[in-house]
Formats: sequence, C-alpha cells, structure tokens
Amino acid sequence: MNEETVIRTRGLTRYFGAEPAVYDLNLEVPRGCVFAYLGRNGSGKTTTIRMLLGLLEPTRGEGNLLGYDIRNLPPEVLARIGYLTEEHQLYSWMSVKQCGEFQSQFYSRWNEKIFRGVIGHFNLKPAARVKDLSRGERTGLCLGLTLAPEPELLVLDDPAVGLDPVAHRSLIESMIYLTRRSDRTIFFSSHQLADVERVADYLAVLDRGVLRVCCSLETFRNSVRQVRLRFPGAPPPVPIVPGLLQAFRTEDELRVICMHYDDATERALWALSPVQMEPVPLNLEDAFISYLGERGEKSFILSETEAQP
Amino acid sequence: MINLSIQTGSNTPIYKQITDQVRLGVAAGKLAVDEQLPSIRALAERLVINPNTVARAYADLAREGLIESRAGRGVFVTRKRKMFTREEGWRRLEPLMAAVIGEAMVLDFTPQELREAFEKKLSQWKSAKGAE
Repeated sequence: MNEETVIRTRGLTRYFGAEPAVYDLNLEVPRGCVFAYLGRNGSGKTTTIRMLLGLLEPTRGEGNLLGYDIRNLPPEVLARIGYLTEEHQLYSWMSVKQCGEFQSQFYSRWNEKIFRGVIGHFNLKPAARVKDLSRGERTGLCLGLTLAPEPELLVLDDPAVGLDPVAHRSLIESMIYLTRRSDRTIFFSSHQLADVERVADYLAVLDRGVLRVCCSLETFRNSVRQVRLRFPGAPPPVPIVPGLLQAFRTEDELRVICMHYDDATERALWALSPVQMEPVPLNLEDAFISYLGERGEKSFILSETEAQP
Repeated sequence: MINLSIQTGSNTPIYKQITDQVRLGVAAGKLAVDEQLPSIRALAERLVINPNTVARAYADLAREGLIESRAGRGVFVTRKRKMFTREEGWRRLEPLMAAVIGEAMVLDFTPQELREAFEKKLSQWKSAKGAE
C-alpha cells in the first residue's frame, strides 16, 4: 500500500439482512487532501465510515486505514484518528472545561492550545454546562475535543447538520485551518454542496451503496456538461448519447446533461442536425442532482483515470 | 488594491472567479504593477476556501505572466506582462500591420512616407518611455 494513501478499500461490502448498505466499494484517499463523501440519506455513508474505523464488521472486502487493516486497528493507530459523529456523545453534567480535561486523559498527545482555540472560535465559555449548549455549541465543543489530539486523519460524519450560519462558518474555518499542516487529511460526509465547493479537493458520491463518482472536484465539474440544442421545429426524440444523465425537451429546444462529455458526445449530438448547439454552464449542485436524480442512465462510474482526456 | 470575493453555487468554479477578478483588476488598472497580492494561505482564510484552490488560481495567473512569486516576499503583479510567446505575439501583430499598410495604400501614402511616420512614432514612444 502506498504511504501516501491514508484510506484504501477494495470490494468493501456490508449487508444488513438481504440488502447491501455498501456494495463493492473501492476508495482511495490520498494523504493531505480534503475528501468529501457525498450521497443521499441512506446511501451508506455512515456505514462506510463505521467500517473504516473498525466499529462495524464488513461482510466482505478489505480496507486499510493509515496502512493498517480495518478489521484489526491497534489503539495507537486509532489515537491518530479524530472522529466526529453525527450524534455528539457528551456527558451533559460536565462543563466545557471538564470535557477537555476528561478527554485529554485518553490521549498521550493533547494540544490544549488547539482545544481553547476551537472553543474560543465557537464562542464557548469554559464554565458552561454541556446540557445548556446549543446544537452549534455542542459541535464546536466536539470539534475541539476531536482536534486537540492533533489527529493525522480527521473523519467528520455530516458535521454541518443542524448548525446555524455562524457556527457553520466556524466549522468550515476550522477545517481550512487544519489544512495548514500539509500531512493532515480530512474525510467528511455532507449534504452541503457549498461546503464541498469551498473545501474539498476530491469528492466521492455514493448512490444506494454503490460508488458512482470518485475524482477531483475539477474533474467532476469538467466531466458533467450541459448543452442546449435548437431546432427549427420540434426537437427529435431524446437520442441515445453515451453518458446521458438527463434530457429536457421544449417546443424547439433540447437540453441535455451528459457525463464523460467528449468529442464522441458532441458528434452524436450534431448528428441530430440542430440549427445551433451551445454549452450552458452548470453549477456544482445542478451537476450533482442530475447525477443522482431519478431520470437518466446510471450504469457507469466516473473515476479519475476514466476521465483523463 | 482590489477586494477579491467569491460565491459558491456559481456556474463559474471558484479558482476561475479569482483569476477573472485579478485579470480584470490588472486590465482596469485597479491592480498596479508591483502591487502585492495576499499570500495563498491568507487569501484562502479570508475567502474561507481550500488553499489549493487559491494556489491553482495563482498558478494559472503566473503561467499567463500576470503575477509572479518573489522568493520570500510574496506574490506580486508583474512588471512585464509576458502574456504571450514571441510567436503568438507576432501572430497577433501581423494582422494589425497588414491593416495599417492596406489602409495606407488605399489613402495613397508612399512606402517612404509610411516608413518615416513609423520612425517618428517609434521615437516619440521611446522618449516617452525614457522620461518615465
């Protein structure tokens, strides 16, 4: 395994009953990147994360985390990983300061300056009780507890959920602050495309347990294109174009969104003899939704190697 | 100094929003030659975006010759705008020269008159440049 790969899975699969929650997952996360793990609710994101951290036994397949088998992660390796869950596990009777003191006992490496910095960034008072904290404040506290041991790999399971705009911004700022160290890796799941656009180097998209996309943000944006075709009259029936995701027809227009857009796609579209054909830019969210929406063909996967021109 | 800003959810990727604004700033004179741009880290933290995105934008601008990184001092708008290769420069200049000569022919100027006018312009430009 490559030293520079911090997460790697091969055929990782987990069934709950007859249903696969994660199916045949091949994932590679390079060291030092910010990696966004996306997908609709119930697509298997949390199941993946729990398997990666050794909290859930895979049905089959392999996984490596920081070079160690996920079925047998030694405690000293776990100590190098920071994990922020969807549900924050805290003792409600403790104060913010006590939470820090308590957590620090479990780590040989504990940077009090980082802990104070993060809770200060979220405007938390050290004497405040956990039970009195808002959702955003609890996230801030948990983030401080997670970052203080200076983890090499930070795993955030939907950290933005339920945050107000100010707390949300603090979270993103904390993530960017972490990239100061080029050897730190962040793996986060999210539904916030704006966050992905701001912080992610790479993205992976899971659809009902199956990986559909795993590439750089730029590759994804370049690969999914929208074009508008104009016709003298009614447009022809929606053609069979390789990589077609969605098509929209109006009285004299056909708008198509395709992935793996290349010369072959363009030739196939010109073959419909439109009077005019022009690209229509797509934002990240539109591209994402056309990818996971109900319409369109979805029998292929976009990876970095396939997307190379 | 220009105030760089970005928007998420735009049809334009963030790195391109930055390069577009710097290009426009230079063209419109809002960014002067030798003016310093924020460091990659500082701009990333101010715009709350991944530093790699800023690095990508700066790399594109540097490749165009609009900005340069000066060792240990930061990123600056360049004195010389090496936007095009020599070859590309000629390719752009030639049609303009052809247009001037063509127009001069139509207006019945002799080649000698044209040469003299050209020399005169050049020396004016030289002395203006020297006085700078």
